Amino acid sequence: MGLIAGAIEERGIRTVCLSTFEPIMERVRPPRWLSLPFPMGFPLGLPHEAGTQRRILRQALRMVEAPGPGPVRVAFEPERDPS
Amino acid sequence: MATLSDLSLKDRLWYHQYRFRPVEPLPWQASGPPPPRARVAVVTTAGVHLPSDPPFEKVKGGDFSFRYIPADTPPGSLVCTHPSGAWDRSGVTTDMNVALPLHRLREMREGGEIGEVAPRHASFQGSITAPMRLLRQTAPEVAQGLADDGVDVVILTPV
Repeated sequence: MGLIAGAIEERGIRTVCLSTFEPIMERVRPPRWLSLPFPMGFPLGLPHEAGTQRRILRQALRMVEAPGPGPVRVAFEPERDPS
Repeated sequence: MATLSDLSLKDRLWYHQYRFRPVEPLPWQASGPPPPRARVAVVTTAGVHLPSDPPFEKVKGGDFSFRYIPADTPPGSLVCTHPSGAWDRSGVTTDMNVALPLHRLREMREGGEIGEVAPRHASFQGSITAPMRLLRQTAPEVAQGLADDGVDVVILTPV
């Protein structure tokens, strides 16, 4: 996934990876990643939890405005935004 | 957050032996419209696709192909043919927004939090252990397709 992010960023499009498995992200180091407290297979959390899904997207989208240089890692804050 | 101890012995051995390729030199796109004016796309490696598309294949080195997914794909209409057993696919098969949050993005567009939802999104399968054709062929092809669609931001959802 990190390599795909690199190819997209190379093409001039800002990218944010959602990460549920930090060991791989630490080795691949894509431009930006949001670390999430969920098991593999659940990058936006449990099914049908729309509020959590929106919070994740909001925090990921906020990362595109972070100043470089990358890589930039941010830990998800579940209580930070309204649902 | 998953840890190494969550993996099977086979997958842990693979993790320790596999030479992960870091994104180097790191590309960095600094400028672009803020989220309320941005066109947003999702790229997943959940191996989901429309039932009318060919399935992802279990091949040596990993299937490096991709499928486009239209923005107006209705809930419950995707299938998952990712061949790896290393992750629990019940989430993405129960609610596609777990990996491809198109309905959430649509709501955020209606609420003015993003500018637009891109017309198409992309799905790969993960677990690609021989990534050269991904790097040279299909990842740049998807990047070009997203650029052609005027995409400003991509959220990537590995599983």
